[in-house]
This record gives sequence, structure tokens and C-alpha cells, in this order.
Amino acid sequence: MWRDALLVAGKDLRIELRSRITINQILPFAFIVLIVFAFALDTSPDTLKEVAPGLFWLAVLFSSILGVDRAVAIERNDSAGEGLLVYGVDPGGIFLGKAASVFVQLFLLEIVLILGMVVLYGPKIGGWLLIVLSAVFATLGISAAGVLYSQLASGSKAKQTLLPLLLVPVASPVLLAATKSWQDAFAGTSSLGDPWLRLLIVFAVVYLALGSVFYSSILEG
Amino acid sequence: MESKRYKRVRRAAGIASLLSVAVTVILGLWVTPPDVVQGQLVRLIYVHPPVAWVAYLAYGVTSIASILYLWKRTRNLRWDLLAVSSAEVGVIFTGLTLITGSIWGRPAWGVWWTWDARLTTTALLFVLYLGYLALRRVPADSHQRAVRSAIAGLIAFIDVPIVHQSVVWWRTLHQGATVLNPSLSPKIHGEMATTLLIGFISFTFVYIWMLMQRYQIADLEQRVLDVELEQLIKERRNEPGVGSSQIESTEDVDNADQPSKV
Repeated sequence: MWRDALLVAGKDLRIELRSRITINQILPFAFIVLIVFAFALDTSPDTLKEVAPGLFWLAVLFSSILGVDRAVAIERNDSAGEGLLVYGVDPGGIFLGKAASVFVQLFLLEIVLILGMVVLYGPKIGGWLLIVLSAVFATLGISAAGVLYSQLASGSKAKQTLLPLLLVPVASPVLLAATKSWQDAFAGTSSLGDPWLRLLIVFAVVYLALGSVFYSSILEG
Repeated sequence: MESKRYKRVRRAAGIASLLSVAVTVILGLWVTPPDVVQGQLVRLIYVHPPVAWVAYLAYGVTSIASILYLWKRTRNLRWDLLAVSSAEVGVIFTGLTLITGSIWGRPAWGVWWTWDARLTTTALLFVLYLGYLALRRVPADSHQRAVRSAIAGLIAFIDVPIVHQSVVWWRTLHQGATVLNPSLSPKIHGEMATTLLIGFISFTFVYIWMLMQRYQIADLEQRVLDVELEQLIKERRNEPGVGSSQIESTEDVDNADQPSKV
């Protein structure tokens, strides 16, 4: 399963490297989200500083919808997904591989986006260890839940409208927990025992496990 | 066709819910006294908690039916029909929970809505299961749809405690549970407690009746589909030059509108 996961992740990332959808489309989209949030909240510096983590994670969540949609969509061309199954690739491995590929792309996007957030909103950043750890587990959770739901909704014409409706409520604890733990980190009250970090870990583990177990039923069902 | 016994039970549930709701109305509006603190407002307690209970009961039934469908030994399309019927009733009752809570919150807390843990969880729950119902509307063959929605239903149910925990940490303002508080000694007494209990029973009857009614409709819809499909196959078989082998493949029509960039 793990070897299959690596293969699938490598394949997906290679496709991304060649098509550059994430870099050319999703990343600019995340940036424009950051900018229009400032329109909505006006540019009073204090407000923006305070809500910066929340806006950051909202931008990530919106981008993730595009990312996971794409991760599943690439298997639909020429029935590539069925091809993988026929080759005997483990469905759990396909899930983990896709989640890993989305994770890598989202994480890179976050690194660029955090620079954007610092420049545009100007929050004081501290507690790097907590920031990085929460980002890792939050992104894992979003990727796992996202790939799972995207596959659930696939094969339907209404997919583009259905996926956000399914994913956003499910991922809302991640949004909340990541925002809160970043606020803790920015405020300098960070510790690795932060309850929000624990919640992010639980969420990531639960959805990775659920996906590995159920993915085969979704693909074959 | 609907069996005679099913019909009888459904009728009985309908009559029981009518009667018990009538009793709840009479007890709740006329017999019980107003509360010392909340005054007439307290009468909402005979509606709001029972409605919320039915919502959770309905989602519980959906989850159990989903598990029974996913488990290969008990796999039967009837579990799927039960799951969707219960989820639909659950969504209605979650909506009612939000509405009655809002009506109560306005005079009691001074606002229609507050970002309290339970309110937020309930609102998210409402959207989660709306998503479940939307997923079911996606055209697919019945087995595929059943598997997918069973998984979605199960995930939604597993997500509820996570959502709840996160929101509890975020905010808490709602009053603690009245009956199931940790010490398990109900904080209300006498005829108010009796009325509340009857409220719970009556809304459970309403749930059972609605569930059976909805299940019946789902079952009939399924049968209509089957009959129509058979008819179509028969018609095509009778067309000149068409063998039976050509009709069986139902390709995923969605592939066509995907951009092929890779």
C-alpha cells in the first residue's frame, strides 16, 4: 500500500509539474482571496492583524477545494482511474498517494501565501514550531477529507457545486482549530500542548484512516 | 406492494402521534404553570428539546442503516432507503430545532442567534446532512449511490463529535442539559417533567410515522424506476436490429465534459 501511495503521489506531482495548474491558477486565486478580504474588512491595520490567521486558513480552504477537485479529475480522463485499479494498485494506496500529492501542493502554496499574509496584513509572527506543526496537520486533514469527498462526489455533473457543500462543513473544525492555534502562536502563548493542535492531529488521523478504509468501496461501488 | 402489517403499524404510529401531540399541546399550553424565571417562555421546553432529540435519533438511524448497507452480509437496498428516509426527517427536525431555538433565544437571550457551541454545531449538522441529501440526488445506479451515500452518512456522523468538540472549546453559552445533566437528577419537577416526557414520546411517534411514510415513498419510487427500466429494455429489444447485448453497458456520461489537458 505504501509503495503504491508513493507511486501515485509521484505521478500526480509530475502531472502538476508539467501542467502547472496549481502554480498558475490556484496560487493566484489564493492571493486574490487575501486581497478581497481586505476590501471587505477595510484596511484598518489592527483588524487585519487580528483576523489574519482566520483569513489565511479560509484562503487555504477555498484553494483546497480547487486542488482536490483537480486531483480526482485527472483520473477521469481516458478512464485513468480504472486503469490504476486494473494494474492492481491498492485503492488505499491511491487514496494516500492523492492525499499526499494534494498535501505537498497545498503546503507549498501555504509557504508562499504566508509571505503574502505578512506583507499584506502585517501580523507579528512568533512561535514558529507551533505554526509549522499546526500547518502540517491541518493541511493533512484538509487533503485527506478533501480527496475522500471529491471522490464521493465524482461522476456527477453537479460536482463543482456539490463539493464545497460537502467539504466546507466537514473541514470547519480544521479551519477553526488551525486559526486558533495560529492565534495562540502569534500571541506568544504557544506550547506544543495546545489543545487546538491536538484536535488537528485527531482530525488528520481520523480522515486518513477513513479514506484508506473506504476508498476501495467508493472506487468499486 | 405495501404489506398489510406495515400499513397497520404506520396507521397506528400516525394515530399515536396525533393523540400524543394533542396531549402535549394541552398540557404544555394550559395545564402546566409558567416558570418562575422564564415565565410563559418555558413552554417552549416541551417542543424544543424533543425536536432536537428526534434529529439526533434520525441521524443515528441513518448511520446504523448505512453501516448495515456497507457490511456485505446485511447488504440490502432497503437499508439505503431507510437511511435516506431517516436523514430527510432528520434534516427537517434539525431545521425545526434551529427555528424553535431561535424563537426561544430572542426573548431569553435578547438575540435571534448567538455563537454558542450547541447552536453552531447544530447549524453545521444541518448543512452536513443537506450535503448528504444533495449527494443522493447525483444520478448514479442504485448500488453505487447506496455505497457512496452510506459512506458519506457515516463520515458525517463521525464528524459530529469533532465538530462539537471544536465548537465547545470555541464558545459556550447555552444552558447545560436539563434532563441528562451529569448527576442525572432532572432539574425540573412535577407536571412540567411529565409534560416534557410526553413531549419526547409524542415527537418520537411523529418521527416513526414520518419515517414510515417517507420509506414507503422511497420504496415506491424505486419500484417505478425498476418498472420503467424494464419497459425501456423491452421496447429496445423489440426494435429491429438491436440485440440484448448492446443495452447492458451504461457508461459514465460525465467523462465527456472533462477537459483533457494532461
